[in-house]
Amino acid sequence: MKAEIFKKVDFQLDMSYDIGRSSTTYWQDVWRRLNKNKLSILGLIIISFVIIAAIVGPFFTPYSYSDQNLQIANQSPSTVHWFGTDNLGRDLLTRVLYGARISLSIGVVASLSTMIIGVLYGGIAGLFGGRVDTIMMRIVDIVWSIPFLLYVILLMVVLQPGLMNIFIALTLVYWMPMARLVRGQILSLRELEYVMAAKLAGASSWRIITKHLIPNSLGPILITATLTIPEAIFSEAFLSYIGLGVSAPMASWGVLASEGASSLRSYPFQLFFPAAAICITMLSFNFIGDGLRDALDPRMRK
Amino acid sequence: MLQYVSKRILSMVLVIYIVITATFLLMHSIPGGPFTTEKQLTPEVLRNINARYHLDDPLWKQYTDYMGNILRFDLGPSFKYQDRTVNNIIADGFPVSVQLGTFAVLLAVTVGISAGIFAALRHNRTLDYMIMSASTLGISIPSFILASFLIYFFAFKIKLFPAAMWNGFSYMILPGISLAALPMAVVARLTRSGMLEVLSQDFIRTARAKGVGKRAIVYRHALKNSLIPVVTYVGPMAAGILTGSFVVESIFNIPGLGRHFVTSIYNRDYTVILGITIFYSALIIIFNFLVDVAYVLLDPRISLEKKGDN
Amino acid sequence: MSLKKLCSLLLAITMLSAFVIGCSSTASKVGVDKPLRFGQLAEPETLDPRLATGQPEMQFLLQMYEGLTTYDANNNAVPAAAEKWDVSQDGLTYTFHIRKEAKWSNGDPITAEDFEYAWKTLLSPELGSRYAEMLFYVKNGEAYNSGKAKAEDVGVKAIDNNTLEVTLQEPTPYFPQLTACYSYFPVHKKTVEADPNWASDPKTMVTNGPFTLTNWVHNEKAEFVKNENYWDSSKVKSKKLEFAIVENNTTRVSLFENDQVDITLNPPPSEIERLIKEKEVTIEPLLATYYYDFNVNKAPFDNPKVRKAFTLAIDRDAIVSKVTRASQKPAAAFVPIGLPDMELGSDFRKAGGHFYKDNDIETAKKLLAEAGYPDGKGLPPITLLYNTHEGHKAIAEAIQEMWKKNLGVQVELENQEWKVFIKSRAAGDYQVARDGWTGDFPDPLTFLSLLTSNNGNNNSHWKNSQFDQLIKQAKSTSDLAARIKVMHDAEKLLMDEMPVMPIYYYTVDYMIKPNVKGLVHTVTDYIYFKEAYVE
Repeated sequence: MKAEIFKKVDFQLDMSYDIGRSSTTYWQDVWRRLNKNKLSILGLIIISFVIIAAIVGPFFTPYSYSDQNLQIANQSPSTVHWFGTDNLGRDLLTRVLYGARISLSIGVVASLSTMIIGVLYGGIAGLFGGRVDTIMMRIVDIVWSIPFLLYVILLMVVLQPGLMNIFIALTLVYWMPMARLVRGQILSLRELEYVMAAKLAGASSWRIITKHLIPNSLGPILITATLTIPEAIFSEAFLSYIGLGVSAPMASWGVLASEGASSLRSYPFQLFFPAAAICITMLSFNFIGDGLRDALDPRMRK
Repeated sequence: MLQYVSKRILSMVLVIYIVITATFLLMHSIPGGPFTTEKQLTPEVLRNINARYHLDDPLWKQYTDYMGNILRFDLGPSFKYQDRTVNNIIADGFPVSVQLGTFAVLLAVTVGISAGIFAALRHNRTLDYMIMSASTLGISIPSFILASFLIYFFAFKIKLFPAAMWNGFSYMILPGISLAALPMAVVARLTRSGMLEVLSQDFIRTARAKGVGKRAIVYRHALKNSLIPVVTYVGPMAAGILTGSFVVESIFNIPGLGRHFVTSIYNRDYTVILGITIFYSALIIIFNFLVDVAYVLLDPRISLEKKGDN
Repeated sequence: MSLKKLCSLLLAITMLSAFVIGCSSTASKVGVDKPLRFGQLAEPETLDPRLATGQPEMQFLLQMYEGLTTYDANNNAVPAAAEKWDVSQDGLTYTFHIRKEAKWSNGDPITAEDFEYAWKTLLSPELGSRYAEMLFYVKNGEAYNSGKAKAEDVGVKAIDNNTLEVTLQEPTPYFPQLTACYSYFPVHKKTVEADPNWASDPKTMVTNGPFTLTNWVHNEKAEFVKNENYWDSSKVKSKKLEFAIVENNTTRVSLFENDQVDITLNPPPSEIERLIKEKEVTIEPLLATYYYDFNVNKAPFDNPKVRKAFTLAIDRDAIVSKVTRASQKPAAAFVPIGLPDMELGSDFRKAGGHFYKDNDIETAKKLLAEAGYPDGKGLPPITLLYNTHEGHKAIAEAIQEMWKKNLGVQVELENQEWKVFIKSRAAGDYQVARDGWTGDFPDPLTFLSLLTSNNGNNNSHWKNSQFDQLIKQAKSTSDLAARIKVMHDAEKLLMDEMPVMPIYYYTVDYMIKPNVKGLVHTVTDYIYFKEAYVE
C-alpha cells in the first residue's frame, strides 16, 4: 500500500462523543424501555381509561348506584341500561363504575400503605442487620405462619365489614412480603462490591443509603407495589364472596361479582360485567408490572 | 448441617408455640362464643354446657389444660359437632384436601414449567406473547369466578363433568383447574424469566460455543438453575393449596379442611379453629424448611446459613 | 423420554381418563331400585336425638327414628310408635300405649323404658343437652335440669313394657304434637349405656325408624337403607336414601339441574324466578315470620307511634313480589297462616284478621307527625342492623329506600357477622334489627310466648305485664275456645304496641323432580321420606 492513499486525520476530542450514544439518566432509560413494551403501554392506557371512567363516569349516567326500581329488576342489557339491571332494579353500568372507585381505591390505598410500612420495616431490618434483623424477621415469620384467612376473618369479625376496615385488614396482611423483599434487597446490596468500594473511598452511610441502596431497590419495590394493587382487589373480591365486603348499597366489583355468581344461570350478564371489569383491570396492572420488571432489569439494556 | 437442622427445629417449635398462644388469645377476645345461638339457650342449659366443656374455668386454666393436651396430640372435642373431636375432623378433611391439592399442584407445575420453557425458548415471538397473556389471564381471574364459569360451561351447558360433590376422579377436574389456574400462571412466568436470565449467562454461551445441543443446554444446564425462583414459590403455594381452598371446596361441595376452617370461625368452634391453625402453621413451617433444603440441592453455591436467615 | 414429551403425555392421559370416567359416572342409575337423593342443607351437629337442636339434625333424625306420634301433612298428630293414648280429665296426665310390634333396627322390641330413659337422660344436667327446654313441659323437667330435683321426680314413668305414663307441668293441649318432635324420640337404652360414642358411627347406632344409616361421610354425604325391622316397613317404598350435604345454595341448584339429586330446598333468591318459569320449584308456606325488632328502650322507638309509623310506611307487597320473589305472604300480624283456631279446619290467622293496611303511607305520616317528628324532622340518626347475608341485605336495602321515600327518613344500614350480630341483638345494642322466628310446634303460643317479658328470645326487650298475664292464661287453660280467645286478645295488644314490625310469612322453596312421589312435608318444615320414592 502506498502511503499516499491514507490521509492523516487530526484527532479531535469532540468526535469521540459522536460515536457513543446520547447519555440518559437511569429513569429516562427505564421509561424508554417501558414504552417499547407494547403490552405495558396497552395496560397503562386501559388503567387510565378505567380511572377516568371511575372518576367521571358516574356523572354521565342518568342513574345513581342506589336507586332501586323493583319493577325493572334483572333486565338484560338494553339501550336504556347498557349493562342491564341487578336484582333490585339498579342500573348495573352505574354500579360497575362506582365499583371501580371502590375497588381501585382499595387497591391503591392497600398498595401505598403496605409500601410505606414494608419499606420502613424492611429497611430498618436490613440496615441494622445482626440482632435487630433476626428479631424483626422472626416476628414476620410468626405472623406469616398464621393462615391469612384466619386474620382477615377475625379482623373483619371484630372490626365489622366496611370500607375503612377492609383497608386495615388488607394492609395488616400485605406489608410482610414487601418488608421481606426490602430487607433482602438491602442485605444483598450492602455486600456488593461497589458499595464496599464506596465505603472504602470514604462515602458516608447517608450517601450510601441515598445514592446506592434506595435507588437500586426502588425497582423491585415499585414492581411489588404495582402488583399489590391487583392482589388487594382480588382479596377484596374473595372477602365479598364470603360476605365480608363493603356495606350495602355501596358495591365494589367483588360484591357485584359475588352477587352475580349466584345468579349465573338465570342472569349471566350480572356476573359477566363485573368479572370482565376485574379481569381487564388486573390484566392491565399485571402488564404494567411485567413491563416495569423488564424495563428495570439492567441486563436487558439494549 | 446437624447444627443447622437442630437450630431450625428449635425455632420452628418456638414459632408454633407463639402461634398457638396468639390464636388462643385472639379467639377468646372476639364477641360470640360457640353457644351463642339464635334461639337463646336457657341459663340452666348454658351453665350445664359450659361446665361440660370447661368453659367456665378461668382463662389461664383453660390455656394450660389445652397446652397439656397438645403435648399428647389431643386437640380436643369440637364444640359444634358434638360427636367428633378435632383430630377426627382433621383426619377426615385433610386427606381430601391433599388429594385435590396434589392434583392441582401437579397440574400447575407440569403445565406451568412446560409453558414457561416454551415461552423462554421462543422469546419475544408470538408463542411467547400468547403464553404470557394466557398466564396473565390466569392471575387475573378470582377463583370463584373461574369456578362459576367452569361449572356453567362444562357441567351445565356441555355436560362433560359433574357440577359438584366428591365421588371419584372426574369430580376432581373442574375444582382442580380452578385451584391450579393461578399457580400455573405464576409458575409459567417464573420459569420463563428464570430461563431467560440463565440463558443469557456466560456459561451457557460457553456451552453453545462448545457445540452442545440446544436440548441438552435447556434441560441439563439451564433448567436446574432457573428453577430456584419456582421452588421458592411452589413451597408456600403447595402448603396453601394443601390446606384447602375454602371457595373451591364450598362451590364444589368437597369435604376438605379449608371449608371446615372457615365455618369453624363462623361457629366460634374454638378447638377446631385452634387445631386447624396449629396444623396449618406446622405445615407451612415444614414446607418452608423443605424449600430451603431444596435450594441447596439445586444450587451448591448457596450455603444454608446464609439462606437460613431468609 | 424428554421432559417435554413426558409432560404432554401425562396431560393427555389425565384428560383422557377424566373424559372416560366422567362419561360413565354421569350416566344415571336406571333400574327399579332407584335411590331417593336429597340435597341436605348442612352437616348435622349430632345424631343423638337428645342432643339435637336444629334443622340439619332433624332431616336425618326424622328418617332414622320414630316418636310416640308423628305428623301428617296437615300437622295433626297421628299414632306412630304409640298406637293410642289417653288423657286425664285435668289434662295433666297422658298414658301412651306403645305398639307391641314396634321394634328397633336390631330386632329388640321398643319398650316404654326406652322412652323414659331417653327423656330423663336428655333432662339430666350431665348430658348438657342444648334443647332441654323442649322437655320442660314434663313435670319437674326444668327443676331436674337445673339441679333442683332428682331424676325420680320427673313426670315420666314406664308402667310396663308397653305403657308410658306422662305427667305434665301444666295442661298442654298440644302435647301429642310435641311428642312428634325429635327431642321426644326414644333411644336404645342398652346401646347408649354401653358406649358413650354410640351416636358417632353408623355401625353402633340402633334406631327405630323407616331407614337406618349405613354410611356417613362428614360434610359430604350420608346413605340410608330401608329398615326391615320397622313395624310399618310395608309402607316404605324406597330401598335406599342418599343425602348430599351441600351448604352452598347455588351448588344445590347445580346438583338438582344436573340430575345428581332428586329433591332439595332453598335455591338462591336470584334464581327463583327462572326456576318458577321452568317449573322446577314449588313454593310451600312455612310456619315462620320475618320481622324487624324495634329496641323499645332507645329513642325514637320508645314511642309506639313512631314504631307504628315505620311499620306502616313500607310496601310489603313490593318486597315479596320484587325482592324475595318466592311467593311469601305480606304480614299484617305476627302469627302466620297455618295454625288451628277454635273450630276444626279453621285458621288462627284468618280468624284474627289483619291489624293494619300494607303500605299505608298516609297513616304513617300522620302518626309520625303526632309523635313530634313531622316529615321525619328531628329524628335522631337511625341504624338498621342485619346479619351479613344476601337475602337480608336486599330486603334491608329496599326498606331503607322505602323509609326514605315515604317518610323522608335516611336510615343507615349496618351488617355484622352472624355471631356478633346475635350478641348485639340479644344485648339490645341496636335500634332496628332484623329477626325471624319459626314455630316449634303447631300452636299459636309458639309465636306469642316469644314476646313475654322474660323470654330469652324477646330481642326487642318489650315488657308488658298485661301481655304476660294473657299468655299465662293461654298456657294454663285447657278449654280450647277460651285459649284461642285469649291468644287473639294477646295478639291484638301486641299489634297495638308494635314492638316488632312483621314483614312477611316465610315460604319454603322445594325443588322436587316430577318423578318423585309420596313425599310428606308439614308447614313446620318436617320432611318425611318414609313413603317417598322415585318412579
